[in-house]
Amino acid sequence: MTVIVDYDAGNLRSVQRACTEVGLAATISDDPQAIRHADRIIFPGVGAAGSAMQSIRKSGVDVALEHAFRSGVPILGICLGLQISLEFSEENDQTTLGFLPGKVCRFQLRNRDLKIPHMGWNEIEVQRRHPLLEGINDGDEFYFVHSFFPEPENPTTIFASAQHEREFCCAAGLDNFFGTQFHPEKSGRVGLELLDRFRNWDGRIAE
Amino acid sequence: MLSKRVIACLDVRDGKLAKSIRFVDTKDIGDPIEKAREYYLDGLDELVFYDITASSEARSIMLNVVESVAEQIFIPFSVGGGIRSVRDATDLRMAGAEKINVNSAAVLRPELISECAAAIGSQNVVLSMDVRRVGKTAAVPSGYEIVINGGRRPMGKDALAWAKQGETLGAGELVVNSIDADGTRDGYEIVLTRSVAERVRIPVIASGGAGTPGHLHEVLTTGKADAALIASMVHYGEYTVSEVKTSLHELGVKVRMSW
Repeated sequence: MTVIVDYDAGNLRSVQRACTEVGLAATISDDPQAIRHADRIIFPGVGAAGSAMQSIRKSGVDVALEHAFRSGVPILGICLGLQISLEFSEENDQTTLGFLPGKVCRFQLRNRDLKIPHMGWNEIEVQRRHPLLEGINDGDEFYFVHSFFPEPENPTTIFASAQHEREFCCAAGLDNFFGTQFHPEKSGRVGLELLDRFRNWDGRIAE
Repeated sequence: MLSKRVIACLDVRDGKLAKSIRFVDTKDIGDPIEKAREYYLDGLDELVFYDITASSEARSIMLNVVESVAEQIFIPFSVGGGIRSVRDATDLRMAGAEKINVNSAAVLRPELISECAAAIGSQNVVLSMDVRRVGKTAAVPSGYEIVINGGRRPMGKDALAWAKQGETLGAGELVVNSIDADGTRDGYEIVLTRSVAERVRIPVIASGGAGTPGHLHEVLTTGKADAALIASMVHYGEYTVSEVKTSLHELGVKVRMSW
């Protein structure tokens, strides 16, 4: 069973619909038991790190996710789901789950013509091969909406980057966890293809 | 670097696609769900549904249309028309709309913007404003006045001041719709769009008047818009979405070219 983790962090139906489109039947749940027994997990979310962590700790979803991560279950984090999988977020100065060493920073832009949130379609550059990024070509664009970006500690956990005045990490992963700052469920064909690859992913990063 | 977005606007009346010229003569031109899917597959960056009936019976039809569209298109999708409360906004979100466009009701009760922003996040609240060119007056120093109720009711409110106020209240984006240009296919209101874009720090979507790719080029460069709304030029088959985007690309505008 694939579980889409619900923690009061936005509308998850769009993620579920995109999964359905690629043939991945997924249940939306906030039940730690369901998350513990899932064989595949999608951890989405929009909103603020502070309230998200509060909700996750209160429901016990944090412990269930930790368990799943240690057990090798393939996990896909999307947007806030990726951000709170790192150790710390500058948003609300919040300590977060810490599956992935590193922190989340706020965009500090000098160019007044550039806007925050970074919202819209942007190209990504694949930095390192990953099964979930296979088939992505130069110039392929994904849909972003965010004001903070992940900064993983170890460069080998950075798999793709994008530009918004500065280069920032937009896809990071460690073992069976992979996260995207962009929204595959809103990124047209290339996003659906990423979800389709996740459907078949065994949680390993082949070298 | 972000791409400029091409957004198609579908005016929906009683579940059918309609298109107005200067907000008056509306005629049905097809099935909105089919059109949405066609544009999505042809490289559209974002879709807007505008419910131009917004009577209470039509609302449930609209929710069904929104739900069907959300099952078939996987790009950002917003809905507007007749949104008066947080409840209206959350109903549409549950049905599958990503973003919500508020318009007349927000002019009458500006707190609607902050209430919606608190409930669904600023990034999902789009303030759509209908603007008419008038003479400069003390109340309307820019010469651009806000009108509501589909262009029928002038509000004596300055468009630039309202744009700024909307941003302060928590709108995540602005649609600047020129009623003078709407449906004419003579080009966007460049001065208006640029004036708003220079006044706020949130993305500005230009609307009203698109007839050729050159018009989009002009408003996305000289007009400083982040996105351009199109309707007639694609609804009647004169251009396809991919033709519009290819032309923009050839004119040097950064747009998403792989889909």
